[in-house]
Amino acid sequence: MNRSLTQPTNLALGLVLILLIALPFFAPNYYVQFASKAMLMGMLALSLNLVVGFGGLVSLCHAAFFGLAGYMLGFQSPESAGASLWLSLPVALLVVAAVAAVIGTLSLRTRGIYFIMVTLAFGEMLFYFFHDTKIGGGSDGLYIYFKPEIALFGQTLIDLDNSRSFYLLVLASLVMTAGLIRGLVNSPFGHALQAARDNERRALSLGFPVFRLRLMAFILSAMIAGLAGYFSAAQFGFVAPQMLGWHLSATVLVMVVLGGMSSILGPIVGAFALIGLEEVLKSAFEHWKLIKGLIIIALVFALPGGLQQLTRLVLPKSEGPHTGKDSDNQPVEADHAANLGSLSDPMTGLIQPPMTSANAKGLQHV
Amino acid sequence: MSEIMLSAKGLQRRFGGLKAVSDVSLDIFQNEIHAVIGPNGAGKSTLINLLSGDIPVSGGKVLLGARDITDLAPNTRAMAGVGRSYQKTTIFMDSTVFENVRLAAQAHSGHALRMLGHVRNDTAANASTQAAISETGLTERSGTIARFMSHGEQRQLEIAMVLATNPRVILLDEPLAGMGQAEALRMIALIRALKQGRGVLLVEHDMDAVFALADRLTVMADGQVIASGSPDHVRNHPAVRTAYLGEHEVAA
Repeated sequence: MNRSLTQPTNLALGLVLILLIALPFFAPNYYVQFASKAMLMGMLALSLNLVVGFGGLVSLCHAAFFGLAGYMLGFQSPESAGASLWLSLPVALLVVAAVAAVIGTLSLRTRGIYFIMVTLAFGEMLFYFFHDTKIGGGSDGLYIYFKPEIALFGQTLIDLDNSRSFYLLVLASLVMTAGLIRGLVNSPFGHALQAARDNERRALSLGFPVFRLRLMAFILSAMIAGLAGYFSAAQFGFVAPQMLGWHLSATVLVMVVLGGMSSILGPIVGAFALIGLEEVLKSAFEHWKLIKGLIIIALVFALPGGLQQLTRLVLPKSEGPHTGKDSDNQPVEADHAANLGSLSDPMTGLIQPPMTSANAKGLQHV
Repeated sequence: MSEIMLSAKGLQRRFGGLKAVSDVSLDIFQNEIHAVIGPNGAGKSTLINLLSGDIPVSGGKVLLGARDITDLAPNTRAMAGVGRSYQKTTIFMDSTVFENVRLAAQAHSGHALRMLGHVRNDTAANASTQAAISETGLTERSGTIARFMSHGEQRQLEIAMVLATNPRVILLDEPLAGMGQAEALRMIALIRALKQGRGVLLVEHDMDAVFALADRLTVMADGQVIASGSPDHVRNHPAVRTAYLGEHEVAA
């Protein structure tokens, strides 16, 4: 890897990160909390994109994993104190993983539109489970009176009641999650997942256990959605069945597509854009939902590869093939050129393989 | 006589009322190319799909060596040593030659689904990738995106991917389809080299190629075997001459 800080995309990413770290130290509290919420939606979108963008599996039940983890925090929180994060978070994620394993095992036997339908049905089942039973307070939901505690030997390490600390913890989690997804996409696992997306039959005849591969991706993705849901419940101190509903699943899917599902960071951009757009329109117009719809339609027409396409317009091209937002996800092509000393086709620099590079779809649309 | 690598015993496949393959038995021997010919709709591609596991059998058995693999999924058969190419080129068009072949090698490198570490750092897979690429004569094209290669080279790449899975048996479904003369000659030389240490099943319409390559020949029509044996035996078989070969002989 010969990536350097001088590469414009890395530089831009670094600047954005510094800005995000600095934000709670100068922005009013309202915006700090707003940004925390946006980042958690970004994390949820990131998780969904692992299966949608890289697995080719459009899941409509990710909100259920998000909400389920929130409820798990609610169940583990005593009325007079906060739950220990060290215990409650792993429990929440394990429950989500178990539920995802069951849903995935059944739904991954279907393909295409049927997979969407089956995941939708499972998501709604979980929604009605919490909506129609008294387990989680029914349709009223459940209050979480105290935020989870992060303590070591009785000493509080991070006070989540402080919105600045909460923000920074969420930011760190988001950065780690993005790093995890990037690592996965470039790992043998990620390549196999993308090969199965591009040609399932071929992936099978090469020897890849496609079903197991997709199930693993589905469970992992659900756990990341759960992480976002856990923090979301902690932030608002409240969980309700709406957290699990298909409405949120669909909204997150819009974030993914809006941001660009062939890139790693695109979904985060999509989440920020959609939530930011709502916030601005809400304060300015009465019929803001109508205007939001029109803007989304316009964006889809103008940028079929998602908002991450915009980065290509802003950032200058550096040497070698360039992927918009995520410079680290550069195609292996460049490395081969270096390793093997042969890059005979001048076109190859322009087209990036989707198996290794995230943004090829976006490029093809241009 | 050399070892039997793969054998079909009374294979059957029905699609609704249609018997696409009925009671087909054949053996693929080590160091031999066993060609299967027959008119369109004879069931040749279905036979390959039954051997590779792409579609399940309605009856009969598939044996890999002594092992019954009839009930194994295609990916498990691939791991056991059955490699195949498709009639329609199925490579990953937006990836380089190296990436395509490495993907195949990765499936057999022992940690196909490892989540840690970059895929580039799998030295075992990289080594077998290089070997498969050089065996198919694509070393010069290693860094080229598959989409930008000629049809012939894409077919070569498909063979390289099969080789990288370290197969004991290779099933080739019309590897010469759509090739020009020069490309076809190169592919024939490549296929001839494939049988070394392995067993090869070749389904092909190009009769010149079939008679240049085949050590053993099976003729199918309407889902059944109508003749099987050495190329000379089959060439002079009366049923074959009337059913199939006649016009080709004249044309050739």
